[in-house]
Amino acid sequence: MSVLSTLLRQIINGLQAGSIYALVALGYSMVYGIIMLLNFAHGDIIMIGAYIAWLCMARFALNPVFAVVFAVIGCVLLGVTIEKVAYKPLRSSPRISLLITAIGISFLLENAAQMIFGAGAQVIPPFFSVPNPSIGSIEIPGTAIVTIVVTAISMIGLTLLIQKTKMGKAMRAVSEDTGAAQLMGININRTISFTFAIGSALAGIGSVLYCTAYPQAYATMGSMLGLKAFVAAVLGGIGSIPGAMIGGFAIGLAEALVSAAGLSVWKDGVVFAILIVVLLIRPTGILGRSMAEKV
Amino acid sequence: MKKLISILMAALMVAGCFAFAGCSSSGNAASGSDTIKIGMQGPYTGSTAVYGLAVQTGARLYIDQLNANGGINGKQVELIYYDNKGEDAEAINAFTRLVDEGITAFIGDVLTGNTLAVVPEANAINMPMITGSATAAAVTVNENDGTVYTNVFRSCFIDPFQGEKMASYAAEKLGVKTAAVIALTGDAYAAGLAEAFVAKCAEVGIEVVAQEGYASGDKDFNAQLTNIMAKNPDVVFCPNYYEDDGMIVTQARALGLTATFLGGDGWSSVADYASAEDLEGSLYCSGYAPGSTEAVKAFEAAYEEKYGEPVPNMFAPLAYDAAMVLCAAIAKAEETGAKPGSDEYKQAIIDAIRTEGPSVEGITSANGYSFDENNNPIKDANIMEVVGGVETFKEIF
Repeated sequence: MSVLSTLLRQIINGLQAGSIYALVALGYSMVYGIIMLLNFAHGDIIMIGAYIAWLCMARFALNPVFAVVFAVIGCVLLGVTIEKVAYKPLRSSPRISLLITAIGISFLLENAAQMIFGAGAQVIPPFFSVPNPSIGSIEIPGTAIVTIVVTAISMIGLTLLIQKTKMGKAMRAVSEDTGAAQLMGININRTISFTFAIGSALAGIGSVLYCTAYPQAYATMGSMLGLKAFVAAVLGGIGSIPGAMIGGFAIGLAEALVSAAGLSVWKDGVVFAILIVVLLIRPTGILGRSMAEKV
Repeated sequence: MKKLISILMAALMVAGCFAFAGCSSSGNAASGSDTIKIGMQGPYTGSTAVYGLAVQTGARLYIDQLNANGGINGKQVELIYYDNKGEDAEAINAFTRLVDEGITAFIGDVLTGNTLAVVPEANAINMPMITGSATAAAVTVNENDGTVYTNVFRSCFIDPFQGEKMASYAAEKLGVKTAAVIALTGDAYAAGLAEAFVAKCAEVGIEVVAQEGYASGDKDFNAQLTNIMAKNPDVVFCPNYYEDDGMIVTQARALGLTATFLGGDGWSSVADYASAEDLEGSLYCSGYAPGSTEAVKAFEAAYEEKYGEPVPNMFAPLAYDAAMVLCAAIAKAEETGAKPGSDEYKQAIIDAIRTEGPSVEGITSANGYSFDENNNPIKDANIMEVVGGVETFKEIF
């Protein structure tokens, strides 16, 4: 293979990983945009999604289509439940209480999964098999194409939902100014729950795509994935939906290129170095709006 | 109430003493001046008990078979064993106790850490010692000054040995010209195997075209595998643990990498971690191949008959072999006419391990146990191949 085609392959690898980061980062960004909460349990929702997929396919031998559907539904229910049980009662509390609760939920989910499913990894059977198409002499992994396409479709759907529907308008309004939105007759509780549901559904899709690329489910899989998606959200500008997409792809590409250069041990270091640099130079991220702290 | 509790505690302690004494039961009743005492210890309780018990049952099986056939030179062999709970301090205590009871040789220890604790004690009194499971190089060589502990032997591979074996195998049996390596960075086992593999490749004429690493916890290997693919090697040496190995093979096949994968004994049970199709034809070396030869089958049948359960893992056959090598050496030492337990007798055993080892047809090394200058065995490896999703014995190499 020529240098050029290797580079192209590495870029596709980066886009594949980046797609998953982007989907997870969207969940972070949407939730932050609407209630100013860094939902650190978001990565663990993906972990639960992966275990649901594993249960469906490996234990109950269901069709992969059902596994995908159940994983997404499970993630949505879990996300909404967490919001109702853990975050809603604290909505008027200081933001640090919410943040700590989110970290607590994250630990709760991880340890519960470890107790129920064991500490070892569970292998998820393949959801689908796609042939590897070739462009000229370059063979491109089918799973990478599926991942990138599904992510692109999800993002277009999300953008339409937010820009064109009434619920999307309500979400934008609540994120702009919660108090004013409420005065305009927008049901805040429903809008926030809906945001969590959409974010978790994207996490569910992300978990299926993650398991397609890396077919093992284990209890702590969400923590590093969640942190990297968080970096992606910050890089793109937390609260901004196109920003989360750009951030996700940028982090995925950065990782792939660092590994390709033979520095794979430094991969995580580079991702977090990006976080530090962004926070130092442009804390609002690439597409974030700078806004004055409301007093 | 308090009094009742203290009485209960006292009763428990007394019972505990008896239980501990009971633990030291030897393999046979005939004890006296005409027995040869061999000591053994290991973790028989606690988180690593699975290894300790496998070693104990494996060695006991051989000693009992030997005694049933008349023992050594008409003398019965008495095996004394104590639980060291996997703790270094307990290991030293148990060893001292064994020495006090007059053992003339020692099988063990089980865990590498415990073995490292016992080795200086055994070396000081020139106690013949053979372990079936401690793989660290420092067990037989003093790492500070490079001197060899002449009294310490082992029946298992040391880590780098597997890397060398796989490189030789690739060159001789597979006709490999180019190889790539992907190994967990900073892990003694994976890095040790990878380093030895690369060094041996240079010797046997295999060109190593790519060397990739990854960090502990990584799940995405696409970038490294793409680099490897660009070099188009004949084989990929992947000396990691099974979860990572399964993930690496799956991702490699998804990328379209068709090279054969080679691994070390960390691959054992890899078949559960990747699809049969992706793993097909992958090869790894192992210390023990269940059901591979007639001798192995006979051992497995005898083990199951005695203990009512199948051989739990490779530590039982390795301990069986350790006992076999040691008893062959004791038989030779008997010819000197020295008294078991004497310094002369012990030295005779140590000398005889080297001379008798090569003719011992072990379960895990049918071609005998020769020992190199560092007292590590030069033995055959079992090459395992994944065929149709089952890890099957391919050949002895």
